[in-house]
Amino acid sequence: MKQFTYTIKDELGIHARPAGLLVKKAAEFTSTVSVDNGVKKGDAKKIMSLMMMGVKQGQDVTFTIEGEDEDAAAAALEAFMQENL
Amino acid sequence: MVICSGKSVLEGVAIGKIYLFKKQEYQLVKTQVADTECEIARFTEAKEKAIEQLDALYQKALVEAGEEQAMIFDVHKMMLDDGDYLDGICNMIRDEKVNAEYAVTMTGESFSAVFASMDDEYMKARSVDVLDISRRVVNNLAGIVEGGIASDVPVILLADDLSPSETVQLDKSKILAFVTKNGSANSHTAILARSMNIPALVKTDVALLEDYNGCQAVVDGMEGQLIINPDEATTQRMIRKKMDFEKERTQLLSLIGKDNVTRDGRRINVYANIGNTQDVEKVLESDAGGIGLFRSEFIYLGRETYPTEEEQFQIYKEVLSGMKGKKVIIRTLDIGADKQVDYFELPREENPAMGYRAIRICLDRVQVFKTQLRAIYRASAFGTAAIMFPMIISVSEIVRIKEIVEEVKAELTAEGVSFNRVELGIMIETPAAVMISEELAREVEFFSIGTNDLTQYTLAIDRQNQSLDSIYDPHHPAVLRMIRMTVENGHKGGAWVGICGELAADKSLTKTFLDMGLDELSVSPTYVLGLRKTIREI
Repeated sequence: MKQFTYTIKDELGIHARPAGLLVKKAAEFTSTVSVDNGVKKGDAKKIMSLMMMGVKQGQDVTFTIEGEDEDAAAAALEAFMQENL
Repeated sequence: MVICSGKSVLEGVAIGKIYLFKKQEYQLVKTQVADTECEIARFTEAKEKAIEQLDALYQKALVEAGEEQAMIFDVHKMMLDDGDYLDGICNMIRDEKVNAEYAVTMTGESFSAVFASMDDEYMKARSVDVLDISRRVVNNLAGIVEGGIASDVPVILLADDLSPSETVQLDKSKILAFVTKNGSANSHTAILARSMNIPALVKTDVALLEDYNGCQAVVDGMEGQLIINPDEATTQRMIRKKMDFEKERTQLLSLIGKDNVTRDGRRINVYANIGNTQDVEKVLESDAGGIGLFRSEFIYLGRETYPTEEEQFQIYKEVLSGMKGKKVIIRTLDIGADKQVDYFELPREENPAMGYRAIRICLDRVQVFKTQLRAIYRASAFGTAAIMFPMIISVSEIVRIKEIVEEVKAELTAEGVSFNRVELGIMIETPAAVMISEELAREVEFFSIGTNDLTQYTLAIDRQNQSLDSIYDPHHPAVLRMIRMTVENGHKGGAWVGICGELAADKSLTKTFLDMGLDELSVSPTYVLGLRKTIREI
């Protein structure tokens, strides 16, 4: 299991567009990717679940990645978050 | 003649016939199915077809509205393939043995309700998207083809609300204006209207009567009105208004990117005044050279407790980075007993205009002042910030302010927080400040003349007292001489001088201001291009 926490910088939070891109990125890996902002939990492979978390700017989001390719997935997702959110 | 009021999204006038847009509603029926797997296969086929349609809409929107707007259809595609949404539908078909139309509608509504209940305006608006994708699948299941506008001539489109896919599917060459009963300034209709540059009203107080279909109507985007069956006089007035507006707009838009320079080569900066973060977009559209007055009061009003440093920092940062390096002059707290801010616990006053307000509060409650200054200095790293202090009457106030500013800078430096150089200036709005303006100018880098208060204090006329309106004259020679004196003394002492009061937009004085040697005029964003036009004609 791999974990990392990221603080959202984007002023709109995880809105529709980056949520869509994040789902696409997570779908590249077989590992499960769960997301937790301390209020709600969500699944990074499901856009509705991700958007319904209502993640806002400034919130800390913890990613938990589990599966065969968890190392590669964690690295790719962390890089994605830094670049897009 | 029927007049309906709405919230205008864009200025302009449209005259034409109403086209009442009705969704082709599928009448939902719930039936029992025997072969649930066959029903799931039917659903999957309709869903795949919907994805193909969304691909086509994405391409259409890409061409018509750009990538940012087109992205919504990519998101719709992903929503349609969302695991939870698909499971919800398939499980319902399996468990309850219901038809796909029913399962899709019910699942769509329950997901939509979750979005609608979120405490975030943006996410609330996404509930429409979920309904939109569900309706698309149901229409495919039922064999309904979504229609366009059945009219040969362009029309004023009247609708309850329009979904993103409806707005994209519409034939744009046939739309003069949008009027929706619901919707918001963030709705897709509003965004589309802005990109098409046509008038639009949302949240309009109008009944969607079949009788209105085909009626002559006027959309007045300046007044936020829809006038149905206008009388002859109104029609004539609106035709003139439309022509004037279009002529004026063409002229003004041609001035974007041009200098604020007179025929004989004199230049002046034209900046914009703002009162909240949403105004930044208007400032950028207006092509103003910067923000000459950012009223920070809105941060303090309408709440129960003092805004924290972090809250303020985020707001200043948003404005500074939004202005992309153009100067932003932030006026520090300008609150007094005339503004309702309970948590300040200000005592009632007989004469609040001359009372405990603005810098007087800040120099008395230093911690409140420091919080604001720290937030501004932290945000200064994200653009070009300047600060101005209101209600100054003496040099000693500035000396004290500068001591506090130095303390704030030293604290931030000690904490390792980076900040940029920030220009410091003062508002000139009291006769006292005018009289000692030469001494004041040696202490600061700029002056901004607040003509509203300066007129009130010079003429001893309470701005709030309506019975004195007839003698409240900002053109009074005493006021104009005060301004002239401020400019001359400011320049002598090495400070540049601007005006940020209402008088700055008064075109009958533009030439006078240029002759006086003013360096900057800061006006509401809507007046920026008009003022540029006046300057270029002098």
